Amino acid sequence: MAQFIVRRLLQSIPTLIGASIIIFLIFALAPGDYVTRQFENPKMTPERMEQLRALYGLDKPLPERYVSWAGNMLRGEMGDSLMFKKPVISVINDFIWNSFLLGVAIMFFEWLIASIIGIYSAIRQYSVFDAIATLIIFMLYSLPSFFLGLLLLKIFAVDLRWFPVGGMITTGSNYTGWAHIMDVAKHMVLPVATLTLISVGGLSRYFRTNMLEVIKQDYIRTARAKGLKERTVIFKHALRNALLPLITLFTLEIPSLFAGAMITERIYNWPGIGKVVLQAIYVRDYPLFLGYTMLITVLTILANILADVLYGIADPRVRLK
Amino acid sequence: MSEPLIEVKNLKKYFPIRGGILQRTIGYVKAVDGVTFTINKGETLSLVGESGCGKSTVGRTIIRLYDKTDGEVFYKSIPIHNLKKNELRKLRPKMQLVFQDPFSSLNPRLRVGDAIGEALLDHGLISRNELRDKVIETMEICGLAPYHVDRYPHEFSGGQRQRIGIARALILDPEFIVLDEPVSSLDVSIQAQIINLLMDLQQQKGLTYLFISHDLSVVEHISTRVAVMYLGNIVEMASRDELFDHPLHPYTQALLSAVPIPDPDLKRERIILEGDIPSPANPPKGCKFHTRCPLAKDICREQVPEYKDVGGGHFVACHLV
Repeated sequence: MAQFIVRRLLQSIPTLIGASIIIFLIFALAPGDYVTRQFENPKMTPERMEQLRALYGLDKPLPERYVSWAGNMLRGEMGDSLMFKKPVISVINDFIWNSFLLGVAIMFFEWLIASIIGIYSAIRQYSVFDAIATLIIFMLYSLPSFFLGLLLLKIFAVDLRWFPVGGMITTGSNYTGWAHIMDVAKHMVLPVATLTLISVGGLSRYFRTNMLEVIKQDYIRTARAKGLKERTVIFKHALRNALLPLITLFTLEIPSLFAGAMITERIYNWPGIGKVVLQAIYVRDYPLFLGYTMLITVLTILANILADVLYGIADPRVRLK
Repeated sequence: MSEPLIEVKNLKKYFPIRGGILQRTIGYVKAVDGVTFTINKGETLSLVGESGCGKSTVGRTIIRLYDKTDGEVFYKSIPIHNLKKNELRKLRPKMQLVFQDPFSSLNPRLRVGDAIGEALLDHGLISRNELRDKVIETMEICGLAPYHVDRYPHEFSGGQRQRIGIARALILDPEFIVLDEPVSSLDVSIQAQIINLLMDLQQQKGLTYLFISHDLSVVEHISTRVAVMYLGNIVEMASRDELFDHPLHPYTQALLSAVPIPDPDLKRERIILEGDIPSPANPPKGCKFHTRCPLAKDICREQVPEYKDVGGGHFVACHLV
């Protein structure tokens, strides 16, 4: 096991280098840079722009820029964010935990609801419940987040005024303790609902398909023939096998906890990393964007290794070498 | 000896065919279309026939792994299909099943010892302290080693897995076991071992078997009586010697003529059946066998032949007998 993990970590080094080159090139070769964004400033002169480019190191050839950026990354220095004028790492740290909070809540509800709907649809395949659940799930699944987000915002925040229209805390409030928690929870309801409703569809189909596949197996018939309680048959024999492929899915979702949700965070004005990175793309704040993207890349690679390890633990047929 | 243990009366099992946009039932596969027979205590009744003739469905419907469509099944005069769920569950240990495919009939995530012992515990037939000894004892009876108890199914060969399947049925101390092609996926040398094991167990414990198979050599070895199925019906049933020496139905004669005899010089007449087995969703009128019968007459195309006793418990359904 330890040998497996070490080998996979070593194998991920070339992956990481390759990914960093692609990410760097895409961002560097896209037209415009942080300085051209300052055109909107009428006092900007071409001479001043050249000075700024030299200051930010944007005038050097690409390979040199890549090497110096990659070298800094290796030393754990992501550089300073151009728009926040402070270290990228502290910008990320300021916002990522707000996204993490949303992400954890979404993941919890997504998996809870999807598992209940998926398992129940599979046990009662072709029932009325299955048909209605399938219909609703596909409707939600096909809605874009900006549409569903605005729809919920209009109904529940603007018309009914049940929930705040945006932000993370009530502006001007100084709640502490329990009152603060409740205030944040209230602000979370709509963004969490939006993203949960959209993502629950796909996941519940995974649950349904996996359960259906397992339920047809002879060992489920064996379990029934043993005269086990139906509950034992479904949860001990069927579900435990149906969950195996979902371990991978679950683990690979972990990086997304930190990735934020650009569009939804923007709609609900949630101070998360997604909203900040969207802004960083607008103004070509390349240290921030590259730092964030590399962080997600590393998390994804680690999650992949974790997924394989967990699968090996859960499924006795898999031996990690 | 001839005390009936299982009585099956006009049993039918139809599977719905779903189709169209709304997944409505548009027809039925008549897998079992009215079969009647009894199995006496301590005997082995073999059910033979081509793939898809409904023999496995008979086995599974008898012990109510499938719900019947029509007819009756009695176990010691108890109507199995009228029992409530919990009454059926209590009766399950007495009626067990061994599947054809020893690879899919064992839960891959359950240790062999747990798979074998689980049902005893679930039925409250044993205390946790005694369980392990009982499991090991049963495994030894079935030719498995005690150290196998903590292994997973994938670590065993096909023959060993089939022994596990037999052990898990046997541990419940059943009176009746449905053996659903228990040896057809095994090598011939292993087949002999398993057949001998089954016959030894039958002698020691007075077990009653329903042996489902398409291998007539094995059937001739193990059976007390033999029933031949074609397209959801029993066409002929007799004691083993009577059926093998004096087959009356043209289908039985064709099947027997296909049994290989290990003598290269022996010349004999093979009866080659033309065409494929018709679809059980749309079976032929009259005698279902008339489309392939070399002796078919006009009456066979119109009238369903009566299933009658021609003397000495030899039943046959054919107009020409």
